[in-house]
This record gives sequence, C-alpha cells and structure tokens, in this order.
Amino acid sequence: MRRFFLIAPPYAWLLLLFLAPFAIVVKISLSDYALAIPPYVPKFSWDEGIGAYLSQLDFENYIFLTEDDLYWKAYLSSFKIAAISTTLTLLVGYPIAYGMTRVPSEWRPTLMMLVILPFWTSFLIRVYAWMGILSSEGYLNQLLLWIGVIDTPLTILNTNSAVYIGIVYTYLPFMILPIYSALERLDESLIEAAEDLGCSRLTAFWLVTIPLSKTGIIAGCFLVFIPALGEFVIPSLLGGSNTLMIGKVLWEEFFSNRDWPVASAVAVILLLLLVIPIVLFQRNQQKQQEAEQ
Amino acid sequence: MNKTSWFNVVSLTLGFAFLYIPMIILIIFSFNESKLVTVWAGFSTKWYGELMHNKAFLDAAWVTIKVAVFSSTIATVLGTMAAYVMVRGGRFRGRTLFSGMIYAPLVMPEVITGLSLLLLFIGIGLDRGVLTIVLAHGTFSMCYVSVVVSSRLVTFDRSLEEAALDLGCSSSEAFRLVTLPIIAPAVISGWLLAFTLSLDDLVIASFTTGPSATTLPIKIYSAMRLGVSPEINALSTIMIAIITVGVITASLVAKQQMVRQRREEQDAVRS
Amino acid sequence: MPNAVGRLTCPAANFAPVKTCAKSTDLVHAGRGPSLTTVEFEPWNDPQAKPLIHFQNVTKRFGTFTAIDDLTIDIYEKEFYALLGPSGCGKTTLMRMLAGFETPTEGKIMLAGQNIVSVPPNKRATNMMFQSYALFPHLSIWENIAFGLKREGMAKADINDRVDEMLRLTRLEQFARRKPHQISGGQRQRVALARSLAKAPKLLLLDEPLGALDKKLRQETQFELMDIQEKTGTTFVIVTHDQEEAMTVASRVAVMDHGKIIQVATPDRIYETPNSVYVADFIGDVNIIEGTTTAIGDDSYSIAWADGRAPLTANSNTPFSDGQKCHLAIRPEKVAITADEPSEAANAVQGKILDIAYLGNISTYHVELPSGVVIKAQAANTRRISRRSYTWEDTVWLSWTATAGVLLAS
Repeated sequence: MRRFFLIAPPYAWLLLLFLAPFAIVVKISLSDYALAIPPYVPKFSWDEGIGAYLSQLDFENYIFLTEDDLYWKAYLSSFKIAAISTTLTLLVGYPIAYGMTRVPSEWRPTLMMLVILPFWTSFLIRVYAWMGILSSEGYLNQLLLWIGVIDTPLTILNTNSAVYIGIVYTYLPFMILPIYSALERLDESLIEAAEDLGCSRLTAFWLVTIPLSKTGIIAGCFLVFIPALGEFVIPSLLGGSNTLMIGKVLWEEFFSNRDWPVASAVAVILLLLLVIPIVLFQRNQQKQQEAEQ
Repeated sequence: MNKTSWFNVVSLTLGFAFLYIPMIILIIFSFNESKLVTVWAGFSTKWYGELMHNKAFLDAAWVTIKVAVFSSTIATVLGTMAAYVMVRGGRFRGRTLFSGMIYAPLVMPEVITGLSLLLLFIGIGLDRGVLTIVLAHGTFSMCYVSVVVSSRLVTFDRSLEEAALDLGCSSSEAFRLVTLPIIAPAVISGWLLAFTLSLDDLVIASFTTGPSATTLPIKIYSAMRLGVSPEINALSTIMIAIITVGVITASLVAKQQMVRQRREEQDAVRS
Repeated sequence: MPNAVGRLTCPAANFAPVKTCAKSTDLVHAGRGPSLTTVEFEPWNDPQAKPLIHFQNVTKRFGTFTAIDDLTIDIYEKEFYALLGPSGCGKTTLMRMLAGFETPTEGKIMLAGQNIVSVPPNKRATNMMFQSYALFPHLSIWENIAFGLKREGMAKADINDRVDEMLRLTRLEQFARRKPHQISGGQRQRVALARSLAKAPKLLLLDEPLGALDKKLRQETQFELMDIQEKTGTTFVIVTHDQEEAMTVASRVAVMDHGKIIQVATPDRIYETPNSVYVADFIGDVNIIEGTTTAIGDDSYSIAWADGRAPLTANSNTPFSDGQKCHLAIRPEKVAITADEPSEAANAVQGKILDIAYLGNISTYHVELPSGVVIKAQAANTRRISRRSYTWEDTVWLSWTATAGVLLAS
C-alpha cells in the first residue's frame, strides 16, 4: 500500500504530461488542417460517437510528407549533418580524452572540471559565441586576413560548416566524458604487456587501447548523434536558409505555417527514426554493464 | 616515469583552447566601447549599465528564476520518488512502461517534447504562461533527477536500510532517517541539474509559454536572431561568471570534504 | 516494549557473568578429550531443555533454486551457535530468515515458542550485526548505538545510560562523538556489535562479523566476542565460512552444504568424530583412505585397501557389515613418522617422502606409498631445521593406532 503512494505520483505525472501529449500528437497527425482554432479537424465530440470520429482520421499528412521533397530531404540532411558532426566530434574528442588519462593524476580532476564547466553554461550562449567568430567580419576572418592566408573574407556563418562547428563545440563534453571513463579504467599494464610482446607504441594503441575504449566511443557517438538529429538552436542560429534540419522544419511548420497536423506528422516520423539509434545505444549500455559485473 | 607525450600536450592544449577561446572572446568584447562587436574601440562597462536598465531583460530573468525554482523542486521530489521505485520497487504492473517514460524524455528531441506538451495544454484548455512552463520543465527535469538519484541508490549499501529495520524502524522511518540523509548530496545535485536545465531551456519554453511569460532564453534568442550585440555579450558574461563561480565553489567544497574525509580515515587507521 | 515478542525487559540484568557457560572450545585448546568435560553447558543433551529457536522443516526457494532444504534445527539459550559452510550453502539465507529479511517458503520458525514467520524485522526480538557493519555514515558512534533505543521510545536518561554501558563494554568510550569513517576497522566492528546488542536482543545474529578484519585482529576479536557473549548471556548465531573462527568461538558448530545441515556438534566432536567425509574434509586437514571392512571383534574392523599389503585396523562405534565400502579418515597429526619400522603399531606403512611443507612450528610430510597413495603426516619441529631428521626421497614409516581414525560410510 505504501509502495503504491510512492509509485502513483510520478507515474500519474508521466502518464499525463508525457504519454498523453504524445498520444495527442499522433492523433493530430492523422487529422486534417483547418483554418480554425485549434487549426485542425476533426475535434472529438461525444454526439457523433467514436466511429464517426475515427472514420475522419487518415494518413493524408504522411502521404504529403513523402510527396513534398522538402521533408524527406530534411530528414536525410539532418541525418547527414548529425553523422558528419558526430564523426568530427569523435576526432576532436578522442585525443582530448586520451590526453586527460595521460597527465599526472592530480591534474585530472581539474581537467575534468574544465570539460564539465561548459556543459553547465547556457547552450544558447555557447552557440552565440560562434556567431561573432564566424561572421564575414568576424574574429576568424579578421585573423586570417591579418595573417594573409586569404584576401577576401570566407563565408562560414549561415552555412552547414558553421552547423558542424556548432555541434562539435556544444556536444564535445558528451563525447569526451564516456571515452575518458572507458580509458581511465584501462589497465596500464595491458599496454606494457602489448609492448613486451612486440608491439610498437602505435600498434599497441591501435590493437589494445582503441578496442578497449570501444564502449566509450560508441556511447559518446550516440550521445552526440541522438540530440544532434533533432537539433533546433544550432541550425537556426548558425545555419543558413539552405541548411535543412528536421527540428528547424518542424518549428517553422508549427510557428510560421501553423500547420499543426503536418508538424505532428513530422514529429512522429522523427521519433520513429530516433528509435533505431536509441535501441542500439541501450544495447551498448547494457553490454557494458554486463561486462562490468 | 613521464607518461605525457608531446602529442598529449598538443591535443590537450588545442582541445581546451577550442573549448574556452570562444567564451573568452565573448567576455572580452562585452567590455568593448563600440556598438560594433567585432571591432575593438576601447574598454567600457557601459553595456552592463544599459543591461541593468533594460526592463524587458530583468522581467524575463525574474520569470526564468521563478520557473526554475518551482520546476526543479517538483522535479526533485518526483524524480527521487521515481528513482526509489526504479531501484527498490521490485516488480509491479506497468514497470516497463514506467521505466520507458523515465528514460524517453532524456533522448526525446526538445521540439517534440515542446510540441506535444503545447498540444496537450491547448487540448485541455490550460492558459499558457508560467504554470505551463513549470509543468513542462518539471516533466523532463524529473527524468534527469531520477537518473542522478538512482545512480546513487544503486551503489547504496542495502544493509544500511536493513540495519534500520532490524533496529526497529518502519520502512518509512528507515527512508527518512537513514536513506534520505545519505543520498542527500545526489538529491541536491539533481536539484541543481534540474535548475540549470530549466534556466537554459529555449525550445520547450517557446512552445509552452504564452504572451504573459517570456523567459530569459526566449528573450536572448530573439535578440540573437538579429545578430551579435554587445548587450548580449554583457548578459552572457554575467551568466558565465555566475555559473563558473558556482561550479568551481561546488567542486572546491567537494574536494575539501574528500580530502578531510581521507585524512580522518588515515588518522583512524593510525590510532 | 510492546512490539518486541518477549524482549528481555531489563537490559542491565543481562550482564551478570554466566559462570555455567564453560566452553568446550576451551577444552580443545587445553588439549583434553571430550570425555573430560567438567562444567557442562550442553542443553542440547538435556531432553527437558526448551530450545530458544526451533526451525521446523523449513524450506526456502528462490525461483527454482532451493537455498534451504527441509531443515530442522534447535538453538538453545546462551548458545554460541556457528553456521559454517562454503559460500552458497544457505547459511546466510538461514540467518536472514531469523532476522526477518526472508520468509521461508515452507515450515515454521519458532522463537521462544512463538512462530515468528510473519513478524516483520522491526518487530522481532532479534538483532543483526551486518557483514558490512552497516553503520550509518551520517550519525556519530553514539547516535548509531542509540538508534535502536530511540526507535523503541526509551526515555532519554535510560538511553544515555544504556549507550554508555555499551560503549564501556566494547571499550569505545573515547570515540562516542566520532563518525564511522573516523575510526578504524576493528573499532567499527565493535560499534556494530554494540549497536546490535544495545536493544538487549534475545538473539544476536552475526553475519561474517570478522570477515573484514586482518588475520591478527581477527584472532584477538574472536576472544573479545566470546567474552562479550559470556558477559551478556545473549544467544549468538554466527555465520562464517572460516572453520577456524567457528571452532574458536562456537559452543556448537553446524556444518552446512547445499541447504542442508550435515552435522551439528561441539567443535571437538566435529573435528574428532565427523559424521561424513564432507565434514571431515571441510574441517581441517585429513587423509581419506578408501577400502572395504571386515569385522574382527567388538567395534573393531579390518580394512582392505588400495595398497594391497597388510589390511588396516580401525575401531568404530557405528557398525559396518563385511565387505561394505568405507572411508577411513585420519588427521595428519595423528600419523607418526619414523625412520625404522615401529614395533607394536596397529597400522604401519612404508613410503617415500614426496614433499615437505615447513610451517614453522610443524611440518607436514607428503609420503607416497608404493601404490601411489599419498598420506600426509605432521610432526612438531622440536629441533632446528638444519638438524631435521627427514628429507626428500627418504624412505620412512608411517604409523597410527586403531583409534586414531574415524571410519565413515560415505
């Protein structure tokens, strides 16, 4: 009985504010657009009964998503941008995580705090910081012109490149931390054993360190890839008009076009696409937990 | 033996430069005299002064703090309960659904969470404003709190609770007198995390707010869309300063406690 | 104390020294045989004595795994009862059922004549000392000890007195204000003991109480534990996998395996007259010789065995039929080692020294017989090592009396 009172409040809260809203999204995605408030039909009424209500629902919005190439291009482009930025984040993050495990141990907590500190700082501010750097009269162009590498300013802000930089920058801690914790647990004597058995430093790194930090790498990649796929703030502030990302499309569909049924359908599809990496991520985590036991 | 190679030093230097130079530039140019952010025209603190007189920003900051305090408190209570249920609750009907609902918001894109909550609030006819943002933030923050608290509970020595029962506690007394005081640090960091998440959120707040309540991130975002401005730099600098001081203080306190505890343990062994 | 089933009402009354409780373990240390026991504390031999704890056909299953298998035991008041067995034998489950953290699948557990199966742990007159000690890290030593007393609503002055008394008993007076992490492992162990004794339980359960201490401290603490048990007169049930610890502290040892009790007896009987090969092998070092019996007189048997030469002779109180398979268990210290063939030994075999384990005070010789059977013999090192009489590859004689070994059916 006591347990019931412990379970009931969070359970009810989540049912009401997480599951129910999502059911509404699914429902509206099956409705038709209307110039009304709220801007969709049918609205459920008890007079007509559930049968009549259900008969009015259809998959029109989903068919529309496949017909208008804006949407599937947006999904594809989100996927591409997320994948490229995840790879870049890994390339930037791994050497940092590796370096952190190589410094004397009394330094590590400080470095750890330096990695976590940006995570506590406002996301918006961190994205904003790059607007000033990347704009055509920004600090980067000023620097490059001053050195003489370029004659005319580069256009970086409002392109996909700026989005990559933004994602790498803001999600870097998510990549560093799991890799660092995997590398930190790595027994130094394994490397020494590999070298003793004839490996060079580099082959020992390649044959022992990398495979043993695999779970950290996979976890880090998913932690970057999953949120990057649905990212809104970065493409909207750093990306250009031709940067297609599904989070931005959804936002515009909702706030600018006020087409709630289509926005809902976009959301449902995005979520279905996310299920795959999330399930893979879960499996990786589980495997890691089992290995630890 | 020095394990740190040149490669490590270079990668760490470049890595941390990458993480911190953008912030440092932003802070430096908040003290720029000129309206043009990218051209240095001398030191000045006038943008801080202007910020202090910008009523819209101050109002938004107040709304944000209100939302963050309420939502993180709700999230901490519910999240701690959820964590306890997940770790100690054993089997019950609907456990799989429950754990799914706890973890899903962590990976759910904010646009979807925001959209779905907005549709709910419209559906049930709830006026959008501070209350709806608090509800929305409470929902996704409680999942973060529950992750933080349950990772502490997992390593919690179960025999402490059993000892309390053995010494005559009812199970609620055992929770109040033994479990809660011991997991308190995790509960507090859960609250801080929920607070920062709420302070930081743009997307969900944009969906769930009404005309009556504009939070600071919404205000900042609309200003940022117009481009870089020294006033935003000044505001960002203040926020970075607060967070930095907070995080460094917290970690110094934690470190000091750890050092003291270790010293006391060593003394105990010697005595 | 309305909750506690039959809790002793006057805690202070427990502290009269219990003089009648002479431990048979002491007798083992003194090197005397069990027949010489003078001051008897053997309620298990008294048909009039009522057991404090009575397990009746208790079975505990976890899913398909049977942790406790149809087990019936009695534990008497003021006993120091040890549950001994390898990990996974069910000893911890048995203890947790006594504390109330597990409910038996079948059977009854009686405490002072009442079935306590449905009584929750916080209402039981038992207290437990946890393997991890489970000291509350946020409370001081004083508060830890007072914790249980406060729960039962004892008056403040009484709590003060009782906690002080426990601190004195465990010699922790100067640590009262410290937190658990500020004291050493041995002190923590004593706090855990004081805390669980503070409520004057009818029964104290100790789960591997000395497991976390290093060997030297463990040996000291064993005697301290016995001393406190005698002073308080509380019934102790201890779970351990360390046979030496069980033999040292307990009045009776129950050897468990796979959820069953194999033998319950005083430590000397467990050692001298094990009832099975399992017990003989689990407790101490032993030679097990397989053979077949032929009766040659009252309680006396001749054993044909692998060596093929002269049969062995052994006495046994339990009857064996002719041609029955048997195991002869002989402790190494009961096997004498000599250079020449001993005259008038009931059993003597010749072999070659294969290995010598030098342990300081004694040496164990591994002697290989012509058949390949290896027999261990122990001899005290009364001389300096350089003057030791035997070395590797020496041919020696091993001999033992007819009463030295125990004849076991299985």
